Amino acid sequence: MAEKSLMKGNEALAEAALRAGCKCFFGYPITPQTEIAAYLSKRMPKVGGVFLQAESEVAAINMVYGCAGSGIRCMTSSSSPGISLKSEGISYIAGADLPCVIIDVMRGGPGLGGIQPSQADYYQITKGVGHGDYHIIVLAPSSVQEMADCVTKAFDLADKYRMPAVVLADGLLGQMMEPVAFDDAEIVMSDASNKPWAANGHKNKRQHNIINSLYLQAPELERTVRERYERYKQVEATETQAVADYCEDADIVVVAYGSTARLAKSAVDEARKQGIKAGVFRPVTLYPFPVKELNEAVKSAKKVLTVEMSMGQMIDDVKLAINCSRPVEFFGRTGGVIPAPAEILEKIKEMGGND
Amino acid sequence: MQYRKLTVVTGHYGAGKTNFSVNLALDIAKDGNKCNVIDLDIVNPYFRTADFEKLFNEKGIGIFAPVYANTNLDIPSLNIPLESLLQSGSHIVIDVGGDDEGAKALGRFAPLINSFGDTDILYVINKYRYLTKDAADTAALLREIEESGSVRCTGIVNNSTLGGETDLDDVISSLSFAEEVSRLTGLPIAATCAIDGAMPANAPAPYIVKRYVRNIWEK
Repeated sequence: MAEKSLMKGNEALAEAALRAGCKCFFGYPITPQTEIAAYLSKRMPKVGGVFLQAESEVAAINMVYGCAGSGIRCMTSSSSPGISLKSEGISYIAGADLPCVIIDVMRGGPGLGGIQPSQADYYQITKGVGHGDYHIIVLAPSSVQEMADCVTKAFDLADKYRMPAVVLADGLLGQMMEPVAFDDAEIVMSDASNKPWAANGHKNKRQHNIINSLYLQAPELERTVRERYERYKQVEATETQAVADYCEDADIVVVAYGSTARLAKSAVDEARKQGIKAGVFRPVTLYPFPVKELNEAVKSAKKVLTVEMSMGQMIDDVKLAINCSRPVEFFGRTGGVIPAPAEILEKIKEMGGND
Repeated sequence: MQYRKLTVVTGHYGAGKTNFSVNLALDIAKDGNKCNVIDLDIVNPYFRTADFEKLFNEKGIGIFAPVYANTNLDIPSLNIPLESLLQSGSHIVIDVGGDDEGAKALGRFAPLINSFGDTDILYVINKYRYLTKDAADTAALLREIEESGSVRCTGIVNNSTLGGETDLDDVISSLSFAEEVSRLTGLPIAATCAIDGAMPANAPAPYIVKRYVRNIWEK
């Protein structure tokens, strides 16, 4: 790895996209992710890429739809209300089996909500965002370095499975600064090689490719959806990722993702100092949810605690994953309020962490 | 470090202007001076000097921030009584937003700042920031900031840091970078910042600082 730099989370997301060969970025500003667009507006022209500020989020996601259809790596980014606007386009992209990367730096909601960090869009993002039977890959980094790594991974997985991939962050991750390292490889912009399905001009040398999500016959639509779900089975079987800390002997396993996992880790470190057997389980992939890994992590646990910056959304997936084999409790703050490690520790103690 | 009545802190986005400003304000107050901090950042939604209101209150330091700083409203309304503060005789530290975009907010105050005699206008640099690793790029950005803010900087603050991971070697390897920026811009090095234990023996204008701007899980 090369020398470390100090970067904002949003900048790291943007730089990592360039380094993954993302040639086109289409966006529309919204706090707390605007640095992604600001950064790419400066960098893209220098590396031969395209930066375009669209007239709206709806326009930006449809530009991604078109660009992805030509086989070029492309990306858009937004924050909660902007992602809602993009939801129709994301459904079309999934329905057309196209790869692309979408960054969501969550802020408080519902409605216009606020500009402070939040994780209240877990349901929205992990359940596909838009209408119809489909999944999108969701990666949830918890450090600036991991934000960069997740962008690379998102592009690779999107191409591999021909489906949209989301890097899900929150305002805290987007705005904070940490050291990050990129490898020294030269930036090479992507093209449509290895994408025989791309609609990028047949030059009378092959049949034309069609990018479409409209099917006139119901059985035909059912067939394409079923084919897609065969791919999802493979995604679920092979692409899960999670990090477990001190779970082997833990009485209480705290489950948290993203920046909340950093807060939970801090609380669990303190709990261990006080002789409480607590552990942290951090899903990195939210879809596919790391079911097998979580079951492994809670083996010795009497109870599970889910901590989120929301009123409790991932907790449903946690309960399903462990088939309610243990009581699952919840602690969260919402509306842009960040849970303090001391509050999480208090909850761990309340759950009998001192027994 | 040596300071004047008015210190204006500019620099690249994320170079560490806020942490430097907080340190300087606390030191000015510790020397028994009345000090006011002006948070002029119209770029950053979080991690800004207005976060330190409680600490400043304890130390008797005044804080003036955009009206809606740290709320859910994204409106940089600047209701800042700079003229009366300058006349009051207190020391003033102005923490400006990053880059030329952030320096735009200075423009409105530039006539006051430029006609006030006892002033340092500092350019904070950080070798470890991704887009200003190169001394020439860093020097070029200074001119953009000066142009945008209608001010002329008077000195460089070498605040080369990787956050909590910074050690002595990191600061040592930033010294030649700061010298090169100084040579290219013709500005003297007003301070070399480092935490206690990471200050090189040969650093020009050494200024030992504390890390006040941290992530919540580091507190």
